[in-house]
Amino acid sequence: MALTGLFLCLFLAGHLAGNLQLIFGTSLQFNEYALFMTTNPAVKILSYLTYISILFHAIDGILLTFQNKAARPIGYAKTDGSSSSFASRNMAVLGTIILVFIVTHMVNFWAKMHFDESMPLQETVVESPMGELTLYNTVNGSYVNKEAVEVRNVTDFYDPQLNLKVGQGYKDLHKITFEFFKDEKFGLIFTLGYVLAMLAMAFHLWHGFQSAFQSLGATGSKLTPAIKLFGKLFSVIVPLLFAIIPIYIHFSK
Amino acid sequence: MSAAKNININLKIWRQKNASSKGSMETYKLDNVSTASSFLEMLDQLNEQLVNEKKEPVAFDHDCREGICGMCSLYINGRAHGPDTGITTCQLHMRMFNDGDTIYIEPWRSKAFPVIKDLVVDRSAFDRIQQAGGFVSVNTSGNTIDANSIPVPKDDADKAFMAAACIGCGACVATCKNGSAMLFVGAKVSQYALLPQGKVEATQRVLNMVRQMDEEGFGNCTNTGACEIECPKGISLENIARMNREFLKASVK
Ligand code: HEM
Ligand code: SF4
Ligand code: FES
Repeated sequence: MALTGLFLCLFLAGHLAGNLQLIFGTSLQFNEYALFMTTNPAVKILSYLTYISILFHAIDGILLTFQNKAARPIGYAKTDGSSSSFASRNMAVLGTIILVFIVTHMVNFWAKMHFDESMPLQETVVESPMGELTLYNTVNGSYVNKEAVEVRNVTDFYDPQLNLKVGQGYKDLHKITFEFFKDEKFGLIFTLGYVLAMLAMAFHLWHGFQSAFQSLGATGSKLTPAIKLFGKLFSVIVPLLFAIIPIYIHFSK
Repeated sequence: MSAAKNININLKIWRQKNASSKGSMETYKLDNVSTASSFLEMLDQLNEQLVNEKKEPVAFDHDCREGICGMCSLYINGRAHGPDTGITTCQLHMRMFNDGDTIYIEPWRSKAFPVIKDLVVDRSAFDRIQQAGGFVSVNTSGNTIDANSIPVPKDDADKAFMAAACIGCGACVATCKNGSAMLFVGAKVSQYALLPQGKVEATQRVLNMVRQMDEEGFGNCTNTGACEIECPKGISLENIARMNREFLKASVK
């Protein structure tokens, strides 16, 4: 629980740094980053570790919760919550909200990036003597004329006459993300859902971060106050920054 | 402190004939309770009234009535040992209540603490955990070393003494949403782990006591911290962290 939870905190920090490029970077930068994340072998290993951690953490958490429920077969007629925090009493509910979010999030973005055959590709529009020209960006920094190539295998550019591959494009995850949160019908709902999930995450980490160190026995008169402070800052700042991104996108022009 | 006065109260008390019967909350009215009386004296007064009415008195645990034996229990108005902190139920006074109050009185609720009758629960699970490892080996062949001749750092001695203050009342289990006994076991493990006398059995002690704790059906600690707040002897969560360290150390040995 503690090890997987802390590993997921590291994952969150990394994932956040990438996502922030949606606000602070160009679409090309973001798509370069997205390509790096889906192809780099070191990142592959980390991503498998992350999938395993989420699975283990969720299964372990659910088993733990059932065992703990079974330890008190008859409940109290009157309870008083004053001796523990809301977050600490609702870790499983908060975690389940996060799990549902992770699944929908993966269907919306991760699965598209990995399996969607009709992903749009990164384009650049330039002014030319012949008027506006749409070019595809290629992964080695050059451009190909959109009119002159045929796209095969999702990202490969082919010269149709020569039947030769002339370049490879970036999947435009940036565009997918912006369209998702700006969708006329559901954009606001998706944005709200994202923000709510981040709220659950904040509460989960408010208790969870310091709890992990207590579980590992990593405590001390100097260490524990520092961990508690860092955990509180982490649990507020990280979900908040995550949540700002879809809000920014939804209201951007 | 204001002068004692008499109050009239309503009581909702768990009544259960024996271990195998179902049990239910029953309502009683008790008049003229002095605010200077202790909570247990109030129950004595109720029982006198019940006996006069030819009804079965309420069974509840108590012994020393001065906060040292750990026998008195009771979940009062949703809190272990009632309102007020750092006290056992025998140290709770009726001045904490007001005229016309309804007071809920329930037994400790835990799978490992089955109800014997009314408010009396069987806490022998704690005894079995103690027997599994809560002891030290002493040379009794005639050359027994006086404990005071073994130097102990003051800080360790103080911490061991604070851990040894646990009276095995079970409030930690009763108040924990997981019905976990980690504060009790943490205190018992710490008491010996901190002292040179406890080093001999250190590895086996923590493994055996934790195994026994799990076998008894107590839940798992998720660090909600309610135990520390309700413990009448101020046993701190640090003892649970120390036990976790001892357990990890022993597990990799
Ligand atoms: C990115 C997502 C997540 C992060 C960063 C995270 C982080 C953490 C951390 C640090 C802990 C404390 C571990 C300990 O006390 O030993 C924890 C505990 C827990 N988590 Fe998560 N978690 C996440 C997702 C989930 C999910 C999907 C579930 C699924 C149901 C879940 C359920 C739980 C439960 C039940 C606990 C233990 C309860 C407790 O310690 O109070 N978490 N989590
Ligand atoms: S740790 Fe505190 S609450 Fe738990 S049994 Fe010991 S004295 Fe009672
Ligand atoms: S009766 Fe002994 S501690 Fe309350």
